Amino acid sequence: MITSKRIARTVAEATVTLLGVAVLVFVMLRVLPGDQITASLGIEAGMMTEAQLDALRAYYGIDQPLVVQFLGWLTEVASGNLGFSQRTGQSVLEMTASSLPVTLELAILATLLGVLLGVPLGMLSASRPNSRRDGGAQLIGLAALSIPSFLLGALLLTLLARILRYNPNAMGFARPLEDLGLNLQQMMLPAIVLGFALAAPIMRTTRSAILEVKSQDFVRTAIGKGVSPLRVQVRHVLHNSLVPIVTMTGIQFGYLLGGAVVVEQIFSVPGIGRQFLIGMQQKEYAVVQSTVLVIALLFLIVNLLTDLLYRIIDPRVRTG
Amino acid sequence: MRSARLARVGTRFITAATTAVLLAALVVPGASAQGKGDLVVGVTSDPDTLFPWKATQFQAVALLGLVYDSLVEFDQDLNVVPGIAESWDTSGDGMAITFTIRDGVTFHDGKPLTSADVKASLDAILDEETGAVQRTSLASVASVEAPDDSTVVLNLNNPDAGILSGLAGGPNLAILSKDDNEEGLSAAPNGTGPFAFGSRKPNESVTLVANDAYWREGEPKLASVELRVIPDESSIVDGLRSGNVQLAVLNDPLVATTAEGDGISIARTPQLAYHVLQLNHNRPPLDDLNVRLAIQCAVDRQEVLDTAALGEGEVVGPITSPAYLSDPSARPCPERDLEQAQQLLADAGYGDGITIGTIVSQGEYASSVNEAQNLQAQLAEAGINLEIEPMEIGAYVDRWLAADFDTAVALNGGRPDPDVQYGRYFPSTGNLNQIASYNSPELDDLFARGKSSGDADERKQIYADISNHLEDNAVWLWMFSSPNYSATTEGVEGFVPMPNNSLQYLRTTTVQ
Repeated sequence: MITSKRIARTVAEATVTLLGVAVLVFVMLRVLPGDQITASLGIEAGMMTEAQLDALRAYYGIDQPLVVQFLGWLTEVASGNLGFSQRTGQSVLEMTASSLPVTLELAILATLLGVLLGVPLGMLSASRPNSRRDGGAQLIGLAALSIPSFLLGALLLTLLARILRYNPNAMGFARPLEDLGLNLQQMMLPAIVLGFALAAPIMRTTRSAILEVKSQDFVRTAIGKGVSPLRVQVRHVLHNSLVPIVTMTGIQFGYLLGGAVVVEQIFSVPGIGRQFLIGMQQKEYAVVQSTVLVIALLFLIVNLLTDLLYRIIDPRVRTG
Repeated sequence: MRSARLARVGTRFITAATTAVLLAALVVPGASAQGKGDLVVGVTSDPDTLFPWKATQFQAVALLGLVYDSLVEFDQDLNVVPGIAESWDTSGDGMAITFTIRDGVTFHDGKPLTSADVKASLDAILDEETGAVQRTSLASVASVEAPDDSTVVLNLNNPDAGILSGLAGGPNLAILSKDDNEEGLSAAPNGTGPFAFGSRKPNESVTLVANDAYWREGEPKLASVELRVIPDESSIVDGLRSGNVQLAVLNDPLVATTAEGDGISIARTPQLAYHVLQLNHNRPPLDDLNVRLAIQCAVDRQEVLDTAALGEGEVVGPITSPAYLSDPSARPCPERDLEQAQQLLADAGYGDGITIGTIVSQGEYASSVNEAQNLQAQLAEAGINLEIEPMEIGAYVDRWLAADFDTAVALNGGRPDPDVQYGRYFPSTGNLNQIASYNSPELDDLFARGKSSGDADERKQIYADISNHLEDNAVWLWMFSSPNYSATTEGVEGFVPMPNNSLQYLRTTTVQ
């Protein structure tokens, strides 16, 4: 059973982790050369008089001592205010509310594709190790691992635009509630590119996990008892291989929630990765700090859910 | 019975409504009521500010240039032509300029524009608190007067031939309504330009709609302009190919040259911006004229252009403005001369060669690192070892502003008026003279005369002298300028690209 003591411990651990992330990001941002003024003005900043620069520093809120800036931001975050972006004229909360669901949708679709491609391929591979079938499946896995997503993405987009004059990603991003059909078309290519890359580690994990389980006594017993081969494969072998597969998928899903920056760039998907990237380019400290915090929080939640999933898959975890 | 009939009526109603919606969907795109078109412009980023006086990013300047007007503006040949001011008159001693403000100019919110708005705007730009990026364009303005509703007088501290060019600074010198403030305008721009702000989806798109009350008769010719964010230039080209985007300004020569054809036309427009290797004269041995000349002689600029930028562009001298264009063959070693370079180095006492560093911003524009590498290869043959320090733009700008470099590979923005372009760098009083690190009494005198002269021919001669002085003293290594590429799909007519990157002629553009 999950006790209240355990919940309290988890929450405490998460808080400490998030605080660590917050401090780290804050420090790294301040150590990096340049600030919001030079990021937006470039070398034109040299044309500004000292009074003008002071006015701009006050405008961007970077005239305060660092500790005051950090504590100010943290207090606001604790009360639910993630800060404000001068660039977009929106609060970071509003920006995140618009970008996070986009990333979430993309991550779910990509993970779904990755699992649907990776698990069967891994099973195929493990069904007769070191055979031609295994080699073929491994080759696909290697290709998925080796082809960089920016290449595959640009290639798919250019081919479709050139040959079919079809390019849903240039039609202005549509949210599911605005136009589900267009939204799914726009998500298709990035999900394929990400899902393909994701299939590789899932496939390899599946293969080795299955090979390990297959050699165990209870499988031989099941076969000996005359259980049908398909049932042995799914009920006995796959089920008992699930823990590493779920772990791998969970980690990969967590990474995807951090935003797939490159793929979002190529396919004009306004997700959380781009929100972070643009914040970084503009040195909008509040945007970067709060976005990273949100991403870190999501990562923690995904890890927690993965843990909970173990309990469902493997009863031994529940008692232990 | 009854319910069945109701159901049938309901079904019929739904069918009719669906048909109507479908028909409307078929009819609406591409043409509004007056038969004007809707244009989609692909941009790699959305504007980083909607406040015109603070805009420096290309997308922001281009967008706000369509929403706002300034007193005067540039035409396609960079001549200063009337804007909100229909005419102006400079006093005999050059110490005052009187502008007559056009009648019938209204802001998008319906308020008429008067001289009071002009005075309020110029005063605010001059106020340091405002943080206006082009405040220095008005540096010679002593005071602004608005004696009546249609007259504005600029009183100057000294005659300034460049001030009209400075006033044509696009959105940076925009005339705002005196009743508006930065906070309000950052959310909802309110100008007098051909297009009014429509809507914005941050990081996705900004839509402008035609200003039907625009003071230029018959313009704009489009119903709306959407700036659609497609972060990757190659993906913008894919958008042009599929017809979802109709116009884009591209920077990367590789992307632009491969996009040509296939229903996409590319127009190359020479740009005022110039690629240069800036030398820091405070860092020995670069304080030695012979060393600087050796660098000049060791570099074939055409080779840098060919290898780093696919040969797309022109070798240029210091001044890139068409009216004052420097002659690139009038420089020491117009052709590469390795022997002379080695001789010059030996004369300076560095017969064994020298080592100098260079800072390069990575990823800011396509050719930067390639330029540095080609320079390195060429200089090495003359015994000059160039150590390349590539860095992220933030680090580059910090180092540049602190003048913490031996040399810097730079892409500097150009201006139509050479005084506005170089008045910041080379007069000893220039804001960036510390960084340019070179001045001389002769240059100071030339810049002072160029600023105050009202005679066009005389000014031309003065800036030719300045250009020669800069080249003869090998102050920097001016290399080349690249074109910008305006890509349009079939059916887009009337767009005129500008050497300063403005999209102002979207007001005369039509789309089928």
